[in-house]
Amino acid sequence: MRYSLIMHYPEMTEADLGTEAMNEGKAAFDDYAKALNDAGVLISAEVLQQSSNTTTLTMRDGHLKVQDGPFADTKEQLGGLFVVDVADLDAALAWAEKCPAAYYGVIEIRPGAVHFEDGAWHGKI
Amino acid sequence: MAREDLTAKARAEEVARASYGRLLALLAARTGDIPGAEDALGDAFVQALTSWPVGGVPDNPEGWLITVARNRQRDRAKSAAVRTSEPLEEPPVFDEIDLDAIPDKRLELMFVCAHPAIDPGIRTPLMLQTVLGFEAEQIARAFAMPASTMAQRLVRAKRRIRDARIPFVVPTVRDMPARLPGVLEAIYGAYAIDWLLVSGDEVRESLSAEALYLASTLASLLDEPEAAGLAALLALSLARAPARTVDGRYVPLDEQDPALWDAELIAAGERWLRHASRADRLGRFQLEAAIQSVHCARARTGDTDWAALLVLYDALVALAPTLGAQVSRAVTLARIDGPNTGLATLDAIEGADRFQPVWAARAHLLAELGNTDAAARAYAKAISLTTEPGLREYLRARIDELPG
Repeated sequence: MRYSLIMHYPEMTEADLGTEAMNEGKAAFDDYAKALNDAGVLISAEVLQQSSNTTTLTMRDGHLKVQDGPFADTKEQLGGLFVVDVADLDAALAWAEKCPAAYYGVIEIRPGAVHFEDGAWHGKI
Repeated sequence: MAREDLTAKARAEEVARASYGRLLALLAARTGDIPGAEDALGDAFVQALTSWPVGGVPDNPEGWLITVARNRQRDRAKSAAVRTSEPLEEPPVFDEIDLDAIPDKRLELMFVCAHPAIDPGIRTPLMLQTVLGFEAEQIARAFAMPASTMAQRLVRAKRRIRDARIPFVVPTVRDMPARLPGVLEAIYGAYAIDWLLVSGDEVRESLSAEALYLASTLASLLDEPEAAGLAALLALSLARAPARTVDGRYVPLDEQDPALWDAELIAAGERWLRHASRADRLGRFQLEAAIQSVHCARARTGDTDWAALLVLYDALVALAPTLGAQVSRAVTLARIDGPNTGLATLDAIEGADRFQPVWAARAHLLAELGNTDAAARAYAKAISLTTEPGLREYLRARIDELPG
């Protein structure tokens, strides 16, 4: 079963955090990703740039609207996600508990419905 | 660097390791100002590093440091009061100070760190820093937390102690039952840090040794059976550490080679346990220590007394029904009454669906019953809940050993 561990956290730049703290954070994420990988449960890991670099797009009534900025303007922003393939929610929780972002952000554990792989959809909605 | 420099530096470091907590506690006790005491003591160490290589290491290094640090504290208090910084270089009178004649203030310091007004989550780190002189960065690594976050939380806690005027006192006999558990928990916390979260074994192992040091200090300064019980528990658990992993592989207790256990630590643990039992007031840590003691007795007798363990686990579960204690009791029961009773007991534990040890124990008992398919499923569930590589490897090997 696929789960997305979706990280929401307050955005901090290297200037806010200091280089040292930034490097520690990177090392923690590195350890975490490697642990997931070694356990054979990691599908993908994505850490996103700041939400100020995001662009939103809508198409309504034939009108394309492209906007600068994130979908939701909240204190905690979508920061990235780990997709894991584990037996069940308990296992997903066991890994989410070790996610470095759990200490300063919120981890949303969302079961996957379908995913596209090797030219076809897998799973069911 | 000249040889004398090296000696003076080594000596300063030695004093720092051995006496840091005593000196800091002594300096902070009067003012309640831990950050101020830390600064003063830090300055004194810096001064030691410049003066000792030149003038030689004083006969009474602790007395020297405390005198310089106290002068520094006085300096600061004065300059804050009159807003001038008058040079204050009184000749120190350090040789008159006999540290052993001054009551050990570390006990007060431990109670301050575990005061009810201090967030339980920061009590252990605070003790590690103030009593043992650990750097925030080392503590942060052990708690898998960014160093800056840990440093901030420590600073905040110390300010709170100063600004809220949390008193440096040992609780009276009447207040002791309410205050002691916090101190014991904080020390135990240094030992029982979720080691799945800690990437380096080294950090964890050095922390458990420091936890034993804290517990022994507490037990020798305070006549409380549970303090001695905790010291016994930590000594007996640490004694088995060398046998816990062999060639990087996890070895469960009943497969450990007793020859690898540390006989000296076992003896120390037994002494603390006897000391604790004299008071005839049973508690959780004494029970856990007694359980460890039964396990350690295998080194002597070659056998494990399961009946004695069950009596102790029954008492422990009645007193402190943690999931871990309940699982261990079920496993012990299985040894006496067979795997079916063990399984039924495991199934009856509430709220344990996500608790890895329950699944590992269940798998083990199912395998004993020859219920291979169910055992494999339970092992797989246990593995899915395990984030620690060594343990996962061990459980995988157990699946491979299943017949069929």
